[in-house]
Amino acid sequence: MRDVVVVRAARPILTIESLAVAEGETLAVVGPNGVGKSTLLLTMATLVQPRSGHVLFRGAPVGPREELAYRRRIGLVLADPLLFAASVFDNVASGLRFRSVPDDEVRVRVADWLDRMGIGHLRDRPARQISSGEAQRVGLARAFVLEPDLLLLDEPFASVDAATRARLLDDLDDLLRTMPVACVLVTHDLDEAVRIGDRLAVLLDGRIRQEGAPETVLAAPVDDEVAAFVGTETRMAGQVVAGGDGLVTVAVGSHRIDAVSTLEPGCRVLCCLRPEDVTIWADPVTGSAPAQHGLAGAPASLADKGPGADPGHASSARNHLPGRITRLTPDGPLIRVTVDCGVPVIASITRESAADLQLAVGRAVIATFKATAVHLIPRAT
Amino acid sequence: MDGPIREATPVLQSLLGGDLLEVTLRSLVVSGTATVISLVIGLPLGTWLALTGFRSRGLALSLVNTGMALPPVVVGLFVAFMLWRTGPLGGLELIYTPTAMVIAQVIIAAPIVIGLTVAALGQLDPRLRLQLLGLGASRAQMIWWLWKEARLPLLAALMAAFGSVISEVGAAMMVGGNIRHQTRVLTTSIVLEVGKGEFGAAIGLGIVLLALAFLINAVLTRAQQRGLHR
Repeated sequence: MRDVVVVRAARPILTIESLAVAEGETLAVVGPNGVGKSTLLLTMATLVQPRSGHVLFRGAPVGPREELAYRRRIGLVLADPLLFAASVFDNVASGLRFRSVPDDEVRVRVADWLDRMGIGHLRDRPARQISSGEAQRVGLARAFVLEPDLLLLDEPFASVDAATRARLLDDLDDLLRTMPVACVLVTHDLDEAVRIGDRLAVLLDGRIRQEGAPETVLAAPVDDEVAAFVGTETRMAGQVVAGGDGLVTVAVGSHRIDAVSTLEPGCRVLCCLRPEDVTIWADPVTGSAPAQHGLAGAPASLADKGPGADPGHASSARNHLPGRITRLTPDGPLIRVTVDCGVPVIASITRESAADLQLAVGRAVIATFKATAVHLIPRAT
Repeated sequence: MDGPIREATPVLQSLLGGDLLEVTLRSLVVSGTATVISLVIGLPLGTWLALTGFRSRGLALSLVNTGMALPPVVVGLFVAFMLWRTGPLGGLELIYTPTAMVIAQVIIAAPIVIGLTVAALGQLDPRLRLQLLGLGASRAQMIWWLWKEARLPLLAALMAAFGSVISEVGAAMMVGGNIRHQTRVLTTSIVLEVGKGEFGAAIGLGIVLLALAFLINAVLTRAQQRGLHR
């Protein structure tokens, strides 16, 4: 797509300067609900007409005359599988019949894909009488059987339960790795995007705000909003006060935070931290063990000594922020711990660690993290 | 009322050898033809109205909905005026012919088909169109599949259209004239028999008309219910 602007009610809802996906590559477009993800996908499928700009296929713009031929090179799967009131077989065969594929070939290809998706036994069942997980498999088979050059998936697992979703993700992952198809997956689920995508594009307010390898986007979000979306929950505004040899010190309120960066002193920044990179230490007075396993015992009084002040301490973390717990939020097998250190710092720890440390709201703790875990985003002055 | 009912059987028996079969067949042919023409006109027009957004769509839908409630006698009056020998289309010499009756019944049935087609397609998930096009359907293929998806309410539209014209009498009388062996149909026969005071024959014809409507709707309902389980 190039220079695409989609307008609704006289307001631009999608503005894409450039977005491309290569053969054999899976691009995961991720963003919260209502930012234009589905519109983006439907525009790629030429089912939404942009006010300006082009959809290009193999370098050539897809004009009104080429749309049907182009759509016969793609496969589209929507969040709701929208199966037709026909048998499972006829549903999967529908796209082939639109392309006037001979009946013999239709039978062979549909049977093959029903088996590959594990739904061969449902072949003659009315499609409206199968479970949501099975329906989504039919939806995927209906697209894959076309052997498309480009596969467009719009939140394909949004309507299924967690267990079914995990199995479908496994199967989709396997299929995409073994097929030369280019794929664009749009989803609000970051885990899903990271799991499936070779490349990640973060869509916010109708614009691609960051695009790159998943690990890069997660570790180094380009701005505050991307950081918030990709799970960098701790974001502290500060200013670089010292630097050299790739290590800088940032003043955040009364704290000094070490971070790996080459930014110049005086630069205003946002210090970003992912919750899994923060370790919780119990109040030194109680002498409790650290919250993360595999670390040596707590320092006598890190709070008094400041960041990196205790070279004899077994932990290599350079940053130690004392504070009090203000919230404990269960999150599956984990607990998110919000510590008020003057600025809120969020850590993600296991339930076992929280129990061992007898964490409770109001308890004094120390949040520690390594200089390499801090991602600095320069801010406009 | 015992008297007329007792009288009905011998009257019908006498009619069976003569006019009854002819009148029944004419009813079927005139109303069947009008229904088919209404479908040919109404299905594409209703589909276009359902799938296309344009500025005066609301007005068009209001007109169609008004058309669904057109009194047959008013339609008859209008068609009679147009086809009357001194009327604008008098040169066609269609007044008091089955063709005139078909024209009037098409005007009655077409808005019903259009209106119910709009409603039938309107109740489909709008994303279904996107899914069909996304699977490579041409516009014609998409419309065909949408009709298949909406086949149950579309069958209801067919039943409603046929029901409205097989049972109407005002237009058939006014533009057909109830001429024996030419334009007499079941409903106009009933009016005639009542006019003559032959209640038995009128009731007998009424029963035939009801049976006919029941039979055809039973066939369509069976098709509709089969579709429900697919």
